[in-house]
Amino acid sequence: MKSFLGIDLGSTTTKAVLLDDGGSVLGRGITNSRSNYHLAADIARDEANVDARFTLLDRALEAAGETGEEAVQFRKRLLYHFRKVQQLAQLASLRDKALVEARGGRLGHHGAPLEDRLARLFEDLETNWRKPRLGGAARSDFFRDQASGDFARMAEKLADRALPFDVLMSVFDKVIIQVENERIDLTFEGNIRRALVSCLENESPERRARYEAAVLSVADTPLDTVRSIGTGYGRQTLPFPKDSIRSEILCHGLGAHVMFPKTTTVLDIGGQDTKAIQVDGDGIVTSFQMNDRCAAGCGRYLGYIADEMNMGVHELGPLAMQSTRHVKINSTCTVFAGAELRDRLTMGQRREDILAGLHRAIILRAMALLARSGGVADEFTFTGGVANNPAAVQALRQLVEENYGSRTLNISPNSIFTGALGAALFALRASQEVANA
Amino acid sequence: MSEPDPKAAGAVKDASMIKQKEMIAGHFSALSRAKESGKKVVYTFVPGNLTELLHAFDVLPVYPEINALQSGMRKKSGAYITEAERLGHSEDVCTYVKCDIGMLKAGNIGPTGEKLPEPDLLLLSYTGCFTFMKWFELLKREYHCPVAMLHVPYQGDGEFTPAMRDYVVDQLRTEVIPKLEQITGKKLDEAKLEEALARSSVAEDDLVWVLESAKNKPSPIDAYFGGVYYIGPIFTAFRGTDLAVDYYRTLRAEVQQRLDLGLGPLTPEGEMKNERYRLVVEGPPNWTSFNEFWKMFADEGAVVVASSYTKVGGMYDAGFRHDPTRPLETLAEYCAGCYTNLNLPSRISMLEKYVREYSADGLLINSVKSCNSFSAGQLMILREVEQRTGVPGGFIETDLVDPRYFSAANVKNRIESYLQMIEQKRRNAGARVSVQVPAAVAPKTRLAVLP
Repeated sequence: MKSFLGIDLGSTTTKAVLLDDGGSVLGRGITNSRSNYHLAADIARDEANVDARFTLLDRALEAAGETGEEAVQFRKRLLYHFRKVQQLAQLASLRDKALVEARGGRLGHHGAPLEDRLARLFEDLETNWRKPRLGGAARSDFFRDQASGDFARMAEKLADRALPFDVLMSVFDKVIIQVENERIDLTFEGNIRRALVSCLENESPERRARYEAAVLSVADTPLDTVRSIGTGYGRQTLPFPKDSIRSEILCHGLGAHVMFPKTTTVLDIGGQDTKAIQVDGDGIVTSFQMNDRCAAGCGRYLGYIADEMNMGVHELGPLAMQSTRHVKINSTCTVFAGAELRDRLTMGQRREDILAGLHRAIILRAMALLARSGGVADEFTFTGGVANNPAAVQALRQLVEENYGSRTLNISPNSIFTGALGAALFALRASQEVANA
Repeated sequence: MSEPDPKAAGAVKDASMIKQKEMIAGHFSALSRAKESGKKVVYTFVPGNLTELLHAFDVLPVYPEINALQSGMRKKSGAYITEAERLGHSEDVCTYVKCDIGMLKAGNIGPTGEKLPEPDLLLLSYTGCFTFMKWFELLKREYHCPVAMLHVPYQGDGEFTPAMRDYVVDQLRTEVIPKLEQITGKKLDEAKLEEALARSSVAEDDLVWVLESAKNKPSPIDAYFGGVYYIGPIFTAFRGTDLAVDYYRTLRAEVQQRLDLGLGPLTPEGEMKNERYRLVVEGPPNWTSFNEFWKMFADEGAVVVASSYTKVGGMYDAGFRHDPTRPLETLAEYCAGCYTNLNLPSRISMLEKYVREYSADGLLINSVKSCNSFSAGQLMILREVEQRTGVPGGFIETDLVDPRYFSAANVKNRIESYLQMIEQKRRNAGARVSVQVPAAVAPKTRLAVLP
């Protein structure tokens, strides 16, 4: 089947969206950009392909009349087992590399005890790897994050005076980068059979045959990517010809328009850029403004604040929502993020109040860009990673209301994919233009 | 405004370029020998310069902002600026000023590697830019030389009245000319001034012809990146000289030849083959990454057909010519008519006219952090021109000579986005693409594999 791919290489995450020839989303994929755009693009695309196969499976089940609870449960279980197979493959690679590292020059003096400890640690990890997390881009839930949490927990248990925690963690830090930067087969085609076996273990032969047939037919359906368009911060590095690269401004404009067709104003706060975009009734950009080279008040700023507070970036918003006092923050300078935060804490201000003030400061900066781009008209769509942050959304809602009056604020749960969706649509259009010519 | 830099010029090596380079080398060489040859030196600014008057007194002009932009192009401005900041100049001070102060402190070595002489007079004929006044206050402290101040009234109401002109002429008579007479020990040679003004007018005709050649499709010139070379001689030491007359004659012949052959403009990487976008640009260019900046346009087939920056040293295309029959009046009118001395409505009308007359696809503003006289009101200008002409506006931000304020990735992103926006609008206005946007790619109810 024909598909059209959009890839959005962001400074923090890389997203891929796959459309079918009717313009419906087949699949979405996301991964961390890991300063390796090339690989990140491949992985995001593979993920989108996996997601697309599951969409096709849904369609196949529906076509076969399998719409009851039983089918829904099967679908859920299959996904769970598939994720588990994928993640165990990554974990196995992590283990192999960790053992090599333990024998290497840097840590070799620890000898066999380190190897033994690591072997036990991984055995535990594998046995207890029960709950692969199933998504939620708002949470940082890439393999790196999950593995890091679990590894650290286990290392804490196994560490002692002879082999302290930091030695064990140093092994992890060294090898996780290698695992992230290698191509492991995580495709649907390559892993679904193993997932099927464990998923259908206790099923009756009749059911097993039915589901197996459906799944394998999907695995065998060729997904022919007819056209790809790349966008985002790192788009110049994509191995695409020049006419297959679009500015993220255009992609976000079109993506937002497709998600919410009455969109007039778009605000995108990404890792490195904040963009205020105005679009016409066809999703064509009519005006835009973005921050200059200074990334103050962008997603990256929140990242630094999260690091400084030793929290996950997705935890900042919910904590800020608990604020009870108004704290005014003037600087959203990324460089001074840590200093600003420590200053405030030293003054005795509470974390949640400071965080609420920081979110408001970020949005104030975005408001200035919005004003420069032509203001906020109805409807107003908020995209980018920061749109998943409830405190940022609350501040935005309030400031827009204060400055422009009542506006419909649209935020899609898939807002992080807006740019990739726009790019995929450009791919579809380009292909249809060629066909029409 | 600029003299050609062999590196910056890249593949561009027309006869006019070589000529300009020789002219500049000759001028700086004369400056380096000023003291021994007994020539007096006057520091002055480009907008509203009185070069013909200086030639009539046989003094040599130095233009500090030209030295600053040359330092920018030669990658020396960063160190000079840091030096000035070390001396206490704030981060927000105009970077031309800081670059100049830094250069002075580093030994005042000019762009050709020769030492610049100290001024015998600071001639402050500032137009529209208040910073110029502060700049010379700083130089006065360093050089302890006399200052001649020519106050040119801002055209706040959009006109230069006879009373304003008389006010400027009076200052020329009672302030500027006496000070020049004092430092040179000679009386003003009126005949010499008139001859210089007559020559200015001849060169100005040729410059306007060159700038207006961009009305052709494809344009044989780039009126911004190429334009800064074309305005070099006439905005600086050479206006009113035979050298300038000769330079513009040569340049005009070259452009005529490009027109006859149907050639596009020269770019850092040779001739532009495919003109895809015609732009009007407002604001000065970035000098520290001049070639890289130019290439961002050239790579996309974007040619600048008209620019406001090439009018900072005179609005010749609006009809002004130096008139030898009214020497002091014509100098007064010249000063008042420089771009930065115009109010916002006049600037908007000028840009609107450019968009229409040069069949431009858009107006792009390069907003410069350093320059208040350019940057104030630019967003208003942008919106107003958009509204009047219907062409889309774009906005980028760089700086004159502070390399820290040029983010190549960010600027490239904005330029590409802007050009793609023009392209998309064009397509949409033409044959509407038959593809229907799917009504909704709304979040699905199924269990999401990925969000």
